[in-house]
Parts: sequence; structure tokens; C-alpha cells
Amino acid sequence: MSGEFRQATPVREPFMRIVKRDGMRVFHRIWVRIAAIILALVVDALFIYFVTGLNPLDVYGVMFGGSFGSKIRFLWSVRDLVTLLIVGIALAPAFKMRFWNIGGEGQILMGALMSALCMVYIGTKVPSGVLFLIMAATSILIGAFWAFIPAYFKAHWGTNETLFTLMMNYVATAFVACSTNIMRGQASSLGKLNMGNKAGWFPRLFGQYFTINVIVVLSLMVLMYVYLKYSKHGYEISVVGESENTARYAGINVKKVMIRTMLISGAICGLAGFLIVGGKDMTVSVNTAGGRGFDAIIVAWLAKFNTFTMALISFLLVFLENGAKEIASNYNLNDFASDIISGVILFFILGCEFFINYKLVFRGKAHKEVSVRV
Amino acid sequence: MLDCAIQLKDLTKTFGRVYANKNVSLEVRKGEILSLLGENGSGKTTLMNMISGIYYPDSGQIFVNGKPVDIRSPKDAFDLGIGMIHQHFKLVDVFTAAENIVLGLKEKGGLDMKAVKAKIREICQRYHFDLSCDQKVYEMSVSQKQTLEIVKVLYRGANILILDEPTAVLTPQETEHLFDVLRIMKQHGKAIVIITHKLHEVLEISDRVSIMRKGEYIGTVDTKDATELSLTEMMVGQRVSLDIERPTPVHPTKRLSVQHVRCVNKEGFVTLDDVSFDAYGGEILGIAGISGSGQKELLEAIAGLQPTQSGASITFMPADGSSPKELIGKTPKEIKELGVALSFVPEDRLGMGLVGSMGMTGNMMLKSYENGHGIFTQRKQPKHLAESIRDELHVNTPNLNTPVRRLSGGNVQKVLVGREISAGPTVLMTAYAVRGLDINTSYTIYRLLNEQKKKGVAVIYVGEDLDVLVSLCDRILVLCGGRMNGIVDARTVTKEEIGLLMTKREGDLSHVG
Repeated sequence: MSGEFRQATPVREPFMRIVKRDGMRVFHRIWVRIAAIILALVVDALFIYFVTGLNPLDVYGVMFGGSFGSKIRFLWSVRDLVTLLIVGIALAPAFKMRFWNIGGEGQILMGALMSALCMVYIGTKVPSGVLFLIMAATSILIGAFWAFIPAYFKAHWGTNETLFTLMMNYVATAFVACSTNIMRGQASSLGKLNMGNKAGWFPRLFGQYFTINVIVVLSLMVLMYVYLKYSKHGYEISVVGESENTARYAGINVKKVMIRTMLISGAICGLAGFLIVGGKDMTVSVNTAGGRGFDAIIVAWLAKFNTFTMALISFLLVFLENGAKEIASNYNLNDFASDIISGVILFFILGCEFFINYKLVFRGKAHKEVSVRV
Repeated sequence: MLDCAIQLKDLTKTFGRVYANKNVSLEVRKGEILSLLGENGSGKTTLMNMISGIYYPDSGQIFVNGKPVDIRSPKDAFDLGIGMIHQHFKLVDVFTAAENIVLGLKEKGGLDMKAVKAKIREICQRYHFDLSCDQKVYEMSVSQKQTLEIVKVLYRGANILILDEPTAVLTPQETEHLFDVLRIMKQHGKAIVIITHKLHEVLEISDRVSIMRKGEYIGTVDTKDATELSLTEMMVGQRVSLDIERPTPVHPTKRLSVQHVRCVNKEGFVTLDDVSFDAYGGEILGIAGISGSGQKELLEAIAGLQPTQSGASITFMPADGSSPKELIGKTPKEIKELGVALSFVPEDRLGMGLVGSMGMTGNMMLKSYENGHGIFTQRKQPKHLAESIRDELHVNTPNLNTPVRRLSGGNVQKVLVGREISAGPTVLMTAYAVRGLDINTSYTIYRLLNEQKKKGVAVIYVGEDLDVLVSLCDRILVLCGGRMNGIVDARTVTKEEIGLLMTKREGDLSHVG
């Protein structure tokens, strides 16, 4: 040895280490989440007070009013909730299979476009019941087809589904833009379709056009839950998602499962398009999907594909969005300020998952921790 | 104390609430070979990783040449003359031996490859290494790569060498050669630590043995005072019998006939070349070979997971005497539907045999999920099966729905083997069934395989430990580079003979047994 030894130094532990938790009690988990929300409100309060100069409590009140301020606000929140939820339900099987279906947007748009085309070109030529059937069937079929193309390419040639489904969105947007231009003719915008005869508009139940949407989405929520959890298909989806090798070992036809699952995913997205056109917008535009194909990915992942949890998370997202809008209009703030307020809340709620799965050990605390635990 | 190359005092390292090492103190002297013995998970590798700067201890102190040191990175370890040879080599395939050796060295001035090569040759001469400076790594055998790794750390001036399971990938002949080199290095005053769990090698090569169990340092004994049994007792903490039972096959009947199987991988390389053999019910057929010699492909071809080239035939003779069934060209599902009771414990337990995110019940369903009514899976029967496997094989799991990924390696393997055996197979194939398992679990697996053998099941056992192969199996098929180099009688063959067959490249196939 050359004899170049450095001076002995006391044990220098890193300042902070991240250690995975073994699991957390339910009570503890709830506590962490409540703490996260309180912290978020505190941080937001500081932001509101120092940046906008408003009274935080008033702002929170307005925000709450965004979803709960009046009966109609509440009903609209429910409407937005189910619209987001159905897309989450559609994406859940694909993402559970680890098939990154980023194409929900395009699949919804194509479904909505088919419904709109039926309304315009079939309209009152057939009885309304038949019209609804045709709208639903064509929307579901086109949505499934839009998902089938990338699924088939992935199954047979191993193409990257993320890029493929994403590109299919742009194709769908172009189709919708082109078709709406043709349909509107000389008018400056398409406007609500069939304003006169209301052909293709869902019948009002309990006073609202979208009541049917709520019923359909809630039943799908239950069906998809059962499908993923208790059916043979659902089991196959889990296995393929975890490991294709294990699936092949178990005799599962991976290509078949992949294509079948994407057909289901696309079909429900198509159905979502139909529901949006028939029960919510009564028209189609390039904004019909409104980014829900992407928001729903967050919904599906956060809920770990449990459709009931998805409903809660959809509610949270809708609540935040409506609250932000309300703040912006009420205080004449710009959208960005209100987006920061809702963004902070979302950040804390997502961020607390980290503290549920991991803990931080600070320098010098390690021994105490260990001795306490042993 | 002056002759101590490394001294460890009260080293502790925890991962979460698990102690990987707890107050470990031991010393390595200059000019000696120390074996670090312990079962998987006993903390050997963690300890060595702390010495080589990969982990930092929670508490405790390391002394090198009697001076307290602070090793915060692998570079610090290098500067102190500590070199670690990992189980998985860290070499650049497209570089030559000499290029790999100088890679990452910061020497002043330009790089003088001539001087580098001269120094390498000097090292090779001194320690009797067989290494050519200009050979590319991808052209090297496993043992040549290992030699290169050792020369690499010697070139950097290492006086303390740590070898992590160096013999796991070597044939008996290559192991012998490695040991010769280690003895020469020892004579030159180097301190050498070998991590291993092969007892006879410990007895052969080392001067002293330090034993670890469950993260704790148990003690150090002089090798001359130790026996395989005494070491095992220290390692396991209880008295164990090291004899593997081998009942004589009763009425062996042909169950599986494999003829001219040839496989080509995606890159077009031949992975299996004209392999033919028969497997009999009531016997254990061992398959030996350096890892990657075609074992995986062979088992997968039989299981319907690996396409074969034309001309191959794999026929299954059912136990009920009905007509033989051809398996080539069938998917695993079709094979199952033919009524072929084939069980397969693949090498990649969590990546192929099990679904890591599911619990025991979910994993039992892998074989039976299609039996449910209508579109629904049935969960009752898999749950009962999971319960009985848990109780019979003593699977340690918090509950039946705990993801199997979170279980220890031994428990994972018990779940997999338990499920495959419970299917009532006629042919049972296992690949590296005891890899990474502790002694008790390994012997449980041997016992289970022998039970199946006694029931008349044709057992195919792909293994890497030749000691186990020659004492568990009835016949051993030896693969080398995808070719079958012979089938030998396990009762009469020696490990050295198998070692030769594992490396012999030429034709000259001798069929014995």
C-alpha cells in the first residue's frame, strides 16, 4: 500500500434517507390524507393572502360554492363527474393490462362524431328509439375500431401503443374538424344540433337531459368493477398486465386478450362520446372530449382501477375545476391564480401517497427509530 | 493486529426495520484466504458491499491496515486497495481485455497502451493468469471474463480482494484453476475474501471461515478444525442431515420421448441442436450444463412455450395407456386440453411461474381460473388449495392475499412448487428449483421431488450444483452450447466427468445409460 490514508472521520450519515414502509394502518392512512388536505389549505391560504390580498376563508367559500352553491351547480357537477368517470371506466381495463391507451380522447371524439352525424343525417327519418339505437351502435363500433387499430399493430408487430394511440387522437380531431365544417355550412358555428325537433336529444328524466348518462355510467361502474375483479377476462387482464411470460405460461392467448380488452376500452369511449352528444352537449366539436381522455388516466391510476374509488377521484377533480372557475369569475382573477389554488390541493393529495408508502429518516434518528421498533 | 488487512468493528446496516447486518465484527489477515459462509439472506453481500463502498454502514467502524477509514464510495475503496469481484461481471462487451482494464482510470498524460499491456502481462505472469490483452470480452468464456475482472482489480493495485460467489458459474475444472491462482495471490501477501455457500470449496481453499446467520456474525473457525457438518450447523443454527435420499426407480415407464429438438432464437443463433432423450416415470432425470446451454429452451419447448425447428418430435405417453400424443406445435393451452398432465417450475419464478402482484390464492387460479361457471372465475377451490399448500409446506405469508412478490425467495418457490405438484403431474419439470433457497427449504424441495418420483412421476431436474445432481438424480443429461454431450448414470459418474462433458465442444457424443 502506498500509505495514503485519509484521516479517520466520524460516521457521516447522509442528511436524509428515504425508507420504504412495510404497510400502514388504515387509521394512520386516513390521518395522513386529512393532514395533507389541511396543509394544502394552509399553503393556499398563504398564497391567497399574500399574492391576491383576499380573505382565504371567503375564497374557500366561493370555491365550495362552485360545486355546491346551488341546485343547478350541484347537478352540473354530477353531470361532469359522470362524464369523466365513464372515460376512467373505459381506460381502466387497458391500463390494468399495462396497455397505455393515451387515445381515449380520439375514441371519444369519433364516437361523438358518429352520434352527431346520425342526428344530422338520419334525424327524424326514423322513430327516436331507433335513432338512439343507431347512434349508440355506430358510436360504440367506431370507438372500438379506433382502439382496435393500435391494439392489432401492437399484438402482431409490437408497435408502441403510446405513440400510436396518441397519433390516432390527432386523426380523430381532424375528422371532427372537417365534418363540423361541412355540417355547419354557412353558419359561423355548428351550435346545438336539431334545435327544432330535438331528434337525438335524450328525453328529460327528473328534469334533466343527462339523467340517462348518470344511470348508464353508474351501471357501467358496477359492471366494470365486477368484470375486472371476478370475471375470467378480468383475471386474464391482470396476468397479462403483470407479465406476458406468465400469461403465456398459463396458456393465456396474449394477443387475443390484448385486442379484446382494447375493443372494450374503445367501445366504452365511443359510448362516452354518444352520451356527451345525446345528453350533455347536443353537438360535436373538437373540444367535445375536452381533455377527459387524459384526465381519466389520472382517475384510473389513482384509483388503482377500482371503479368506485374512481368515482371519488372524479368528484375531486370536478370539484377543484369548478371551484377554480368560480374563484376566477367571482374575484375577477385570472385563470392562472385560481388554477394554482386548485393545483396546490391536488399536489398535496397526490403527494401524501408518498408518505403513505415511504418514510424519511433524518441523520442521527436512525438508531432511535430502530431501537423503538425492535 | 499489524497483520490485519481489514478489521470490522460492530458494523450495523438496516433496511427498513430489517437488520441486514447487526454488530458484525471480523478481521481479514494479510496472506490468508477467508471464506465468508452463510445462507442466502444472511448478510454476506451486504457486509462486503459496505467494505467496497456501495453501502454506508448505519454504525460501526472499518479499519484498513489498522487505521480507521471512512469508505463512502467504490472509489474510496479502490484508493484503500480494496477490489471487489462481483457475481455479475461489469465489463464492456465490445472492448478488449486491456481496454476494459484501463477503463475509468485517471492517469496523468496520454494513454500508453504498450505500457499498459506490459503491466498486464507482468501481472498475469506473476499470478499465472491466462489472459490475452487483445481479446474482446464478447469472445470470452465465463471463466475468462472472471479472470479479466480479477486482473482488473490487481492492475489497480488491490491488496484486498473480495470475490462474491466466484465458483457459481464455473465448472469443476475452472474452479480448480481459480483456486490455484488464489493460492498464488495468497503467497504474495494478498488478503482474499471468498463469499460462498459451497461447503467443500470452503474446506478446500480457505484458511479460516467466518460464518454469518440472519445478519449476525456467528463466529470464525480455522478450516483445519472444521467439517462440512460442523459448518452447516453453525450456518443453519441447528443439526441437519446433508444426505439426499435417492430411492431406486420402481418400474420406470417411458413418459416423454424427445427427438431431434432444434431451436433458434430471435437473433438466429442455434440454442438447442438436435437434442433427443427419453424421460421415464419413477425416475429423476437431471440436466446439467453451464448456464445458458439450452436448458431453458429445452424445458420451454416441452411446455409449448418455445417454437422448434421442423423435424423435431416430443411425444407424451399417457399413464392410462392411451395413444401417445405429439406436443410439438401445440400451445400450452392445447397441451392442457389434450389431457397431458405436465407441470413446470420455470427458472424465472416471479416473471413466468407466478404473478408477483397477486396473493397465493390468485396464483393458484393461474392453473384453474377457467374452471369457473360462465364468465366468472371460481375462488373457493384455489383458496382451499392455497390454504393447504401454506399449511403443508409451511409457507410464511401474512395472509393468502399478500402479493407473493413480497414473500422471501424460499416462500415464493414453495408456492410455485406446491401449486405445480398439487396439479397431479405425470411429468414434472423444474429449472433451478433450489436456486437462492436456504438449506432447509432446499431439502424440502428434494423431498417433494422424491415423493413425486415414488408416485411414478417423470421428474426432470435442471440444476447447477453438481453435488446435488449426482446425489439426487438417476440419470444426468449434459448440455453444452445447446448440444447434448451425453446421458450418464448419476450413480457411477463423478463430478469431474460431468464437468468435462459440460465444456467439451467437439462431436464425439458418448451415450451412456
